[in-house]
Amino acid sequence: MTQTDPGKTAEEKAQSRQETKQALKGFGRKKQNLIPILQKVQGRLGYLPREAMTEIAEYLNIPDIDVYGVVTFYNQFRLTPPGRHSVRVCLGTACHMKGGYITLDAWKRRLDINPGETTTDREFDMDTVACVGCCTKAPVTVVDNKPEGKVEPTRVDGILLAFEQEREVKDKEESESS
Amino acid sequence: MKSVSLSIDGKKITAKEGTKILRAALENDIYIANLCAIKDKAEPNAACRLCFVEIEGEEEPVTACTREATDGMVVNTRGERALELARTGFELLMASHPVDCANCPANGVCELQKIAKHIGGKLKTKRFRQLLRELPIDDSNPLFTYDPNKCVLCGRCVWVCRQRKETALLGFAHRGFKRVVTTFAGEPIGAERCLDCSACVEVCPTRALAFKGGEKGLGYRGWVV
Repeated sequence: MTQTDPGKTAEEKAQSRQETKQALKGFGRKKQNLIPILQKVQGRLGYLPREAMTEIAEYLNIPDIDVYGVVTFYNQFRLTPPGRHSVRVCLGTACHMKGGYITLDAWKRRLDINPGETTTDREFDMDTVACVGCCTKAPVTVVDNKPEGKVEPTRVDGILLAFEQEREVKDKEESESS
Repeated sequence: MKSVSLSIDGKKITAKEGTKILRAALENDIYIANLCAIKDKAEPNAACRLCFVEIEGEEEPVTACTREATDGMVVNTRGERALELARTGFELLMASHPVDCANCPANGVCELQKIAKHIGGKLKTKRFRQLLRELPIDDSNPLFTYDPNKCVLCGRCVWVCRQRKETALLGFAHRGFKRVVTTFAGEPIGAERCLDCSACVEVCPTRALAFKGGEKGLGYRGWVV
């Protein structure tokens, strides 16, 4: 997966850089601080944009590829901004046996993104997880921290439909109140 | 500095104290299969798992790149237990390596072919299911191409890239099967930051990094950096 930040304005980039600089305060310039720094910066920005990674590399005086290497190594770090809703497709042993990959394919097809990415409207981000501990409900997908059981492709459509209706209701209320 | 004398495959050799078995052997014209060794690097990468040898008096084979030669040591590089481990390691590497030698610029000068012959391993593994990575080839650099599918992740290019530049361009990213030698954010290698020193190409054992122009084996300098 390559770092992509399409449509990010120069202003937004400068802001990410500024936020990163703020977050770096208080950290020593030793490279063993890399992971705590990455955690703090992601805590502020929600993800690790390119500008943040170059800023951190410069601060610690290490090659930027090494920052990128650590960020791509750990599942905890993300290269794309989080969506409003998070989708975590379980591919643990039980979910694998119960067709977790078919569920994943359904999510990929419906959201039109790959694991680790965010939809262009920033409504959903999707990723895979190894096991969430409720194997009796396999195949499981955790949607906004709520584990959904028996997520077959039709259930994927159902979950998305519910979000769509929720949004429609909200839009209606907003237009009525204004 | 003190020196130690040891025997490798029956040949008596002397080496400086602290020298690793692999280096002692290679410097005395005894070949031990290896992909990741770098002569000038003090700490071995120990990444390829191919340089297994047997030491008299020890139960298990050891990697020759990590074990220091000691006085009176008797090393056998052709022991069946050591070669069996090397073959397994080699076949695992080959399980994700596209084998199309006839159309590969490395054909005839490829380290993988040399090692297969030396340890009696197979280029096309039948024991393991073949799983190819199918990554795009980067031909953005004017001097060389980079085909990550042929890469065995030995780390030689990564190391050498760091010796000649202030900030390195090449490094490792991702994890497990997706691990790859790449640049920051996976940018094309030919973007303005590469100094075109092509040192990485010269140390690549599989021609994953290969000079354009297709001259066979051009530039490969093995483990001697």
